[in-house]
Amino acid sequence: MEPEQPSPHTEQESLHEETHLPSPTLYPIGFAIGIVVVLVGLIINPLLISSIGAAIAIVFAILWAREATAELRGEQVAVEPERRATTEADQQGVAPVPLTETPVSRSVFLEGATLGLGAAIGGLITLPVAGFALLPPFLGQLQHKIDLGPISNFPLNVWYIATFIVDPAEGEVSRRTAFVRNNGNVPNPDNPSEQVPSFTIISNHCVHLGCPVQANGPSGPKFTGHPKIREHTASGQLVFDPVLPAGYGCPCHGGQYDPEGNRIAGPPVRALDRYGFEIDHGRLILLSLYSVSHVVGTGGQAKIYKYGEAGPGEHLDGPEQFFYPIQPPHH
Amino acid sequence: MATTYRRKPTKAELRRQKMEELVVYPIDWLEERSGLIGGIKYFLFRNVPSDINWMQTLGSAALTAFLVQAITGVILAMYYVPSAATDPHTGQPVAWESVVNITDHLYMGWLVRGMHRWGASVFIILMFLHMGRVFLFGAYKYPRELNWIVGVLILVSGMMEGFTGYLLPWDQTAYWATVVGINLNGTAPFLGPWLAQFLRGGQEISGETLTRFYSLHMLLIPGAIIALITLHLYLVIRLGVTSPPWSKDAAGGEPEVEEEPRLRPGLTRPVPHGASAMQAEPGGSE
Repeated sequence: MEPEQPSPHTEQESLHEETHLPSPTLYPIGFAIGIVVVLVGLIINPLLISSIGAAIAIVFAILWAREATAELRGEQVAVEPERRATTEADQQGVAPVPLTETPVSRSVFLEGATLGLGAAIGGLITLPVAGFALLPPFLGQLQHKIDLGPISNFPLNVWYIATFIVDPAEGEVSRRTAFVRNNGNVPNPDNPSEQVPSFTIISNHCVHLGCPVQANGPSGPKFTGHPKIREHTASGQLVFDPVLPAGYGCPCHGGQYDPEGNRIAGPPVRALDRYGFEIDHGRLILLSLYSVSHVVGTGGQAKIYKYGEAGPGEHLDGPEQFFYPIQPPHH
Repeated sequence: MATTYRRKPTKAELRRQKMEELVVYPIDWLEERSGLIGGIKYFLFRNVPSDINWMQTLGSAALTAFLVQAITGVILAMYYVPSAATDPHTGQPVAWESVVNITDHLYMGWLVRGMHRWGASVFIILMFLHMGRVFLFGAYKYPRELNWIVGVLILVSGMMEGFTGYLLPWDQTAYWATVVGINLNGTAPFLGPWLAQFLRGGQEISGETLTRFYSLHMLLIPGAIIALITLHLYLVIRLGVTSPPWSKDAAGGEPEVEEEPRLRPGLTRPVPHGASAMQAEPGGSE
């Protein structure tokens, strides 16, 4: 008779015929139940229920230990021999029963389950962590209002250097500087018969890469003929230093601006940013920054080309604005 | 007929034998259970071209510089405090004060900080020199292109270490350099403003910027560099070291002796006719 290739079916079976281990024991489960009862009893009734639990745990622990050490103690381990019925076909060495065709084999199913479960667990862990890592800088950005004191402090058409702390909780690192000028009263654009105060408040952050611009010109009472303004407000102790700017210059890469903040030379791509403001009970309150492409005219009559706040070096108009279509959320 | 007796070992010889056993036993124990000793031996005693020179040590020099950064950095992290808060007693930022403390007051702190501070430049310079060697020797060519790419990623990660580490002293230089650096990132098209706001941890540089730069500097980026260096070394071992361009063993040259090839075929010497460049697995032919 010709030797035939063993079918995968018979080969699989032969693997099982080498060792017969004792069937898995149930004692550890009983032990675990005993522990659970002890713990529950500690909450409900330590004396009664915990003692019952302890008894269960001890009994099962002894049984478990006995069984685990049976072989060491030389006891015969009772294992039932495995038996398989043989058919006529078996004796002829022919695969008797064709394996039932299943749409998904066991290994493919296990592979899919491993990958799927792994992906699910990985996703459950990764998504919240990634969200925590990436989103806080974009959510809940606070708007800070800075009280610069009564507007009557500011003489007409005099520039002052104002430094203030934006967020007292952050401390010195949130100190900002602005150039403030009182433009006097101008007609309200919404209601031309009404006169409203006008201020020019220019941020000192260069719109090239964010260095602090300096006023080109003398500062201090000696050169300007105006005293310093000292004011204690809700935003802390403020000192306003008078200055005569012929423009602003940046120490880092030489950007130059005119007194209205228009770029006149160097690498900046637009005019200096400005602070919005409101007048509350006669006090000058600084609001959020906004960006400016350029300014036409001066003082209260200036026409300001306003945009939402953009980072330094970002174009607001012209073809380059195409590169910055969506700004991250600002306050 | 003379009988040969084996001389009885002297006491000194016995002691020596015992000492040897004592040394060998743990090594054997480890080798039997892990194969690590064999692996290290394979790494250290693997064949390299006979005509390599000192230029080929620049890579391990850069690795050494990285290890110096890693070790000094771990020690510095024991004393450095990444806080932008103001110390109420001195009115100075806590982070800056802790750097002053390391430099001026702690024993040998000036040395370890100096090693980290200047070693950073050494690491970058050695990476560039190593890169130049690889370029000029043509060692980036097939089949080593992937290792060039991995090397570029290590270089970029090293520069990110430089950028994030520069903020940590929390002085005026650090602050304004980081303002400019983040705003440079911010001018990148489309996602630049988002990247900048992520790096700042908000709209403005604050204490949050310092803590996140600290975390990136000492945990995330070093972890990435370690993983990339591991991959880089694996590829060096797998693909072998390139011969210099003037080498007789270099690709295209005729090997002088045929016995015991010093290198695996296909890497630096011509592939023998009929053999595939990547040696087929035994039993792979069907």
